[in-house]
Amino acid sequence: MSVKLNINGKQHTVSATKGTPLLWVLRDHLKMQGTKFGCGIAQCGACTVHVDGVPTRSCVTPHDSLNGAKITTIEGATGNAVDSLRDAWELLDVPQCGYCQSGQIMAAAALLENNDNPNDDDIDQAMKGNICRCATYVTMREGIKDAAKKLRAR
Amino acid sequence: MFLKYFSPTQHQQYTNTEAAGYSDSVMKISRRQFVAGSGALIVGIALGSNTARAANDQKSVLPVKGGDADPSLWIEIKDDGQVLITCHRSEMGQQTWTSMAQIVADELEADWNNVAVVQAKGDAKYGDQNTDGSASVRLNFHRLRMAGAAMRTMLERAAALAWDADPSLCSASLGYVYLAETDTKLAYAELSKVAAQLPLPSENDIKLKGREAWRYIAKPIHSLTVPSIVKGEGKYGIDVDIPDMVHAVIARPPQVFSKAKTVDDTKALKVPNVIKTIQLPVLEAPAMFKPLGGVAVIANDTWSAIQGRYALEVEWHNGPNAQYNSESFRQEMIATARKSGEVKRERGDALNILANSKNKIVAEYYVPHFSQSPMEPPVATAHWQNGNLEVWAPVQDPQTTRKTLAGYFSIDVERVTVNVTLLGGAFGRKSKPDFVIEAAFLAKQINKPVKVTWTREDEIKHGFYHSCSAQRFEGALDKNGKCEAFLHRTVFPTIFSTFDHNNQQAHDVELGMGGSDNLFDVPNLRLEAGSAIAHARIGWMRAVANVYHVFGVQSFAAELAHKAGKDQKDYLLELIGPPRIVDPTKEGAPNHWNYNATLNEYPIQTDRLTNVTQKAAEMANWGRTLPKGHGLGIAAHRSFLSYIATVMEVAVDDDGSIDIVGVWLAVDAGTVVNPKHVKAQMQGGTLYGLSQALYGEISMDKGQVNQSNFPDYRVMRMDEAPKLFEVEIIESNEAPAGIGEPATPLAAPALANAIFNASGHRIRRLPMIGPTNNTLQFSDLTKES
Repeated sequence: MSVKLNINGKQHTVSATKGTPLLWVLRDHLKMQGTKFGCGIAQCGACTVHVDGVPTRSCVTPHDSLNGAKITTIEGATGNAVDSLRDAWELLDVPQCGYCQSGQIMAAAALLENNDNPNDDDIDQAMKGNICRCATYVTMREGIKDAAKKLRAR
Repeated sequence: MFLKYFSPTQHQQYTNTEAAGYSDSVMKISRRQFVAGSGALIVGIALGSNTARAANDQKSVLPVKGGDADPSLWIEIKDDGQVLITCHRSEMGQQTWTSMAQIVADELEADWNNVAVVQAKGDAKYGDQNTDGSASVRLNFHRLRMAGAAMRTMLERAAALAWDADPSLCSASLGYVYLAETDTKLAYAELSKVAAQLPLPSENDIKLKGREAWRYIAKPIHSLTVPSIVKGEGKYGIDVDIPDMVHAVIARPPQVFSKAKTVDDTKALKVPNVIKTIQLPVLEAPAMFKPLGGVAVIANDTWSAIQGRYALEVEWHNGPNAQYNSESFRQEMIATARKSGEVKRERGDALNILANSKNKIVAEYYVPHFSQSPMEPPVATAHWQNGNLEVWAPVQDPQTTRKTLAGYFSIDVERVTVNVTLLGGAFGRKSKPDFVIEAAFLAKQINKPVKVTWTREDEIKHGFYHSCSAQRFEGALDKNGKCEAFLHRTVFPTIFSTFDHNNQQAHDVELGMGGSDNLFDVPNLRLEAGSAIAHARIGWMRAVANVYHVFGVQSFAAELAHKAGKDQKDYLLELIGPPRIVDPTKEGAPNHWNYNATLNEYPIQTDRLTNVTQKAAEMANWGRTLPKGHGLGIAAHRSFLSYIATVMEVAVDDDGSIDIVGVWLAVDAGTVVNPKHVKAQMQGGTLYGLSQALYGEISMDKGQVNQSNFPDYRVMRMDEAPKLFEVEIIESNEAPAGIGEPATPLAAPALANAIFNASGHRIRRLPMIGPTNNTLQFSDLTKES
């Protein structure tokens, strides 16, 4: 079965078993490996991508449910919000091992696209679905606030 | 350009003169030959190598404290000026790429903008590559400085040859060598091939910079991995992709040492893209680093392999651990802790004082099994070609991986290549290469490259678990409230049971982490260890035995303070006592383990622990008036040769809900290479410990792990992390010490002590909250004593 997917503004035709989660289509079929596997049951957020701008757990999202949707992964994420986050992440060295950070950045980017001045509760709500076992939470919170500041100044 | 004057024949003469000493004879010969060789042999450049070892005798070494400092092991200067620095340690988030490169680049006088890191393969030539024990900086600080300085010396000498100048007039700075009192300079790229032909300077000829001249060491240099990570370009073990590779997911036996009774793979083979199933060898004791066995499903992609694995129908034999229940084992360990154990350290006569004390307290603590659970689960890719095995994996110890593979498949170690990827977290799990053997075994069976991916359920159900432990303490106070006798009994299944399944005795290595290193100033001190049988694979995990020992010792210190009617912090300082050096080897612990360092190099210094304790208390403004329901708690400990004190402020409501309001931590880790990344490890290490303390537990019934994924093996999330976390690094010229682990063990006791001060409830058992609750269960607490 072949499915057409719009990923990062490009059309891809994918032949994967029906129901294969987007995560594995990205990683194994399209070799886009920035999106990570962490739990497989939408509990950790390592696999977060945007589907029509909404942060989505690709590990439980069948790829064949995404016909016509606009999918954005870490590799293709652009715009002021994600650029500000990347700048802040580099300035503060937010990541440690970095494995969860594609998902963290995608979750934070969705937050900042809707709210360029989030308070601590906003950050908690947007980010609590994304686990970081290095527990970079303190610096990540600082990074989101710094990125929001940069974003407001742009 | 002078490089073209250099010929391969001259190289031969240089090496022949090594024995005569560099500074006189070699320099004279080379100067003559620079003149004599004018206009000759451009070929020499093309044949030249940028690395000294390749050009010099293959056996050349520069032995210094810590190992071989031959710069050819670590440094390559490219024609475009890029400086490649080899990192032989594994990058798992502790920023070892950056710190190792900072050390080399500083002494090399490299321009940081031109520095890139190359990850070393597993190879004995690098010396110790085992990235655990928080030892990368400590073990390599001097050695890598020497390597950088040796290369700088060779570059300066190459310039001296080029200019026919005295080497003392040639000095390196940021990628160039300058001739004194002139504008003349040569770039490293122009000098490197000549420098590479020169003999290594002797250790005495290498001058290290003074601290005041450090450019990169001790500076908050940015991480070298983060720029690629933020674009999703970091390459982890799970990202390895080689042509013709197939994917494997394995159904492993639910108990250690059990095996399949029947396997029906009919349904599995019907899953699209599943290729076949393969049974792995049955695991025989001891577990060591061997695979657990089970049935592998091979497929064209990971998802199909996972689906195939769930479609497998396997009936398992009960193994020898089928009776294991972690709750009854907890009770057994506590019963053991109530009886005399083997004496592991003794000063004075604690038993006698305790027996006659009128002012005595007793407390027992329990810490369950934990799982390391790095975000990237174990994953490995293997490929056999012509009897040679190549693997790509996120391993903490590539040499052990290499030797283990060679041993398992009975091939020469030289036939095994271990490529180290970035590690998506490790925390001790990826020191154990069982998952790499699985990939190599399957690749051999099907004669194709295979990637084995562990699902999260696999990682949580089939780990090398942090040992569970019971701790019992008895303390006697004199009439002034001073502790005059302190008895610590520790019981836990030893890590060494994984390598010798009959081993039930606490090992000196484990006791050295929070047991025999006790530095309290009490006249009568006794440490005893009881025996315990392992029923699971026990392995090390971030901070290892410190986690359960420090939870007990530092909680009990606060309980003694309460009994004495004194302030927790003041009492802790009293226990630490006056400035002195503590030597457990003179008090009944002749084999006391000091993190593989001697007590001469790294003595146990009480003044350093006092200093961080006072500093952390000051940072937290200890003693201030707190809002109702708030409490401050403190804990301090020396581990991995670093001294850390942590203060936490917690707010506890009547319903048991808690909020960690703030954390203040002071660390004395001796000389620090990167303060920014030290701070990150202090924060991350503490929160990792808080995650265990609040939520973490691997429990077992019928020898099987009850938890399966992040809902029931709960870990800390953003909304549960403290928002205020201050770190202060003590300025120090002492030798570098560990950073990745030592913050972790302080989290549980600092929090428990804060909860006590906030609520009057004493927590003696972890986890405090667990996977399903959202509050402390005070009714349970009162039942524990």
